[in-house]
Amino acid sequence: MPVFFYAFAAVSVIGAIALVCFRNPVSSAISMVGSFVGLAALFIGLNAYFVGIIQILVYAGAIMVLFLFIIMLLDLKAPSAFKRSSPLILVGGLIIPFSFVIQLSTVLSEVRGGDPKALPLQDAAESFYDHERDPDNQSEIYNSLQKKSLPDVNLIGLTLFGHKGDNASIRTPGYNFPLQIIGVLLLVATVGVVALSLKRKQSKSGGPES
Amino acid sequence: MDLAFIIASAIKIFGFTFLVVLPLVAYSTYAERRVSAVLQDRVGPNRVGIPTTLFGFKKDLKFFGLIQPLADGIKGLLKEDFTPAHVRKSFYWMAPAFTAAPAFISLCVVPFGSAVTIFGYEVKMVIADIGVGPLFIFAIASLSVYGITLAGWASNSKYPFFGGVRSCAQMISYEIALGLSLIPVLLFFGKLNLSDIVAYQASNGWLLLPLWNESGTLIHEGYWQNSSQQWLLLLPMGISFFVFTTSIFAETNRMPFDLPECETELVGGYHTEYSSMKFALFFMGEYAAMIVGSALIVTVFFGGWSLGFGLDSSLLQTAEGNWKWYAGFIHMGAFLAKTVAFIIFFIWVRWTVPRFRYDQLMKLGWVVFFELALFNIFLAALIMAAPHIGILNTFLFGLPALIIIALLMFFITKANEIKRKAKVT
Repeated sequence: MPVFFYAFAAVSVIGAIALVCFRNPVSSAISMVGSFVGLAALFIGLNAYFVGIIQILVYAGAIMVLFLFIIMLLDLKAPSAFKRSSPLILVGGLIIPFSFVIQLSTVLSEVRGGDPKALPLQDAAESFYDHERDPDNQSEIYNSLQKKSLPDVNLIGLTLFGHKGDNASIRTPGYNFPLQIIGVLLLVATVGVVALSLKRKQSKSGGPES
Repeated sequence: MDLAFIIASAIKIFGFTFLVVLPLVAYSTYAERRVSAVLQDRVGPNRVGIPTTLFGFKKDLKFFGLIQPLADGIKGLLKEDFTPAHVRKSFYWMAPAFTAAPAFISLCVVPFGSAVTIFGYEVKMVIADIGVGPLFIFAIASLSVYGITLAGWASNSKYPFFGGVRSCAQMISYEIALGLSLIPVLLFFGKLNLSDIVAYQASNGWLLLPLWNESGTLIHEGYWQNSSQQWLLLLPMGISFFVFTTSIFAETNRMPFDLPECETELVGGYHTEYSSMKFALFFMGEYAAMIVGSALIVTVFFGGWSLGFGLDSSLLQTAEGNWKWYAGFIHMGAFLAKTVAFIIFFIWVRWTVPRFRYDQLMKLGWVVFFELALFNIFLAALIMAAPHIGILNTFLFGLPALIIIALLMFFITKANEIKRKAKVT
């Protein structure tokens, strides 16, 4: 329904503008949460339930809460007055939105008009038919595609965790290894943060520990 | 999206929210006071009824005080709504709504009955039948952190701020244990749709009580031989249930973990500066969150709307396997009864267990529950992926791993404590 699209797109855009315009950091953080919720609703409108919900769960529910926590804990105040910005910042601030506008216009020129058609989900089900299994014991992906609902959770699972060549009849890009590497990358970042924060505490020393 | 769907959804939203959940919120406050009275050998509120003496009758109708929540509601609405001068106004007004709204929204994915056929149109007894049920509840429930945190910050005074910051840290910490503890359950079901999860439990036995199977018989001969895995899975599922239920207590800020509003330390916690209906909204939000928690526990671990013990298929199904026309209503009753039982359990725990200290709470969340949930995922995956190694071998691998992890965690925390003490002295 286009009504919902425009409503949630408006929520998202207004939230993003409010984020920049508010002087109070807490107001900015809350409007960013509103923007994320609107964005999640847009994902859900595209049948991508999993991505939409994860958007709320991770960004709105965890990361922004931590932002808010830090803002409150440090008691950040709104800056009393903005400094005169240098012309260099102004040029940068013009170039980046300009490149985005060019990108957007290129994308929009590619979009064809007309009503969107329903996805041929039942035809897609055939490519997930597993010949080694019984007809009534097929995978969750096959069953829900047959019922004309998009099994986005299972498909993401298959894409991220499936091994290449696990099963001849089900094709997966086999992103398992890159996923593990990214996981290690995040772990490295976490360990690095812990190491840095510990080091600073020791160098300060003096008083009892936190 | 046809008209019948929209009408059915509107009726479900209105009926479920306003005729079931809101009265349930009101009467859980009443239940809280009566149950606490029973536990403390008092009487509790048993007077408020219909004041028929005003109309010339000789006696008031008391109804065991069942009108009490109504009187409380009217009192909340009629009291002076006082806004202190030192608060941050807009956030002060927004915070109660941010607390109450997420709890009510997240109820929309909980299936509260089997499908009912009306005028040949099958209506599923769930408001939003989406494929990411538990994740949706976690996502929306995680938004309720903002309410309490903003309430504490907007009050602009010392103790509410402590309450807000405490609740922020507490809810983030226990969300991790909450999410991880449900993973073994989702591994077992292989899907995230709560309606499907309940339907599976109705025919194959509840997750924590797998006593019957598809044919509806309680226990038959081949059952014990084929389903050893099912019985073995009770161990990880039991751990899941334990961690999940305890984390729900922390997420809803209920008694053993109600540090954000700890009266002995923080006056009234995050809602110290609030009065009348705004305070009542915090109250309602807490009880609504408790109802969501109970409903989720019932849905995932105790078969949701199903009667259980094979009664669903023997009593309520026709020969072709369809539900009889009254089955949906019996299932709604069963779901309500189970949820109310869990609400009473929540209340019982509140008046039995003393409050934790804040550092104990954090240590419990990060050291015990986080590791227990992680280990539990490993255990459940081992049992499910390798059924051929047998019960004995699973225990031979699993138990030493559990002991080693437990000892490791114990020593790490002990070492930390010793270091801290050495630094202080």
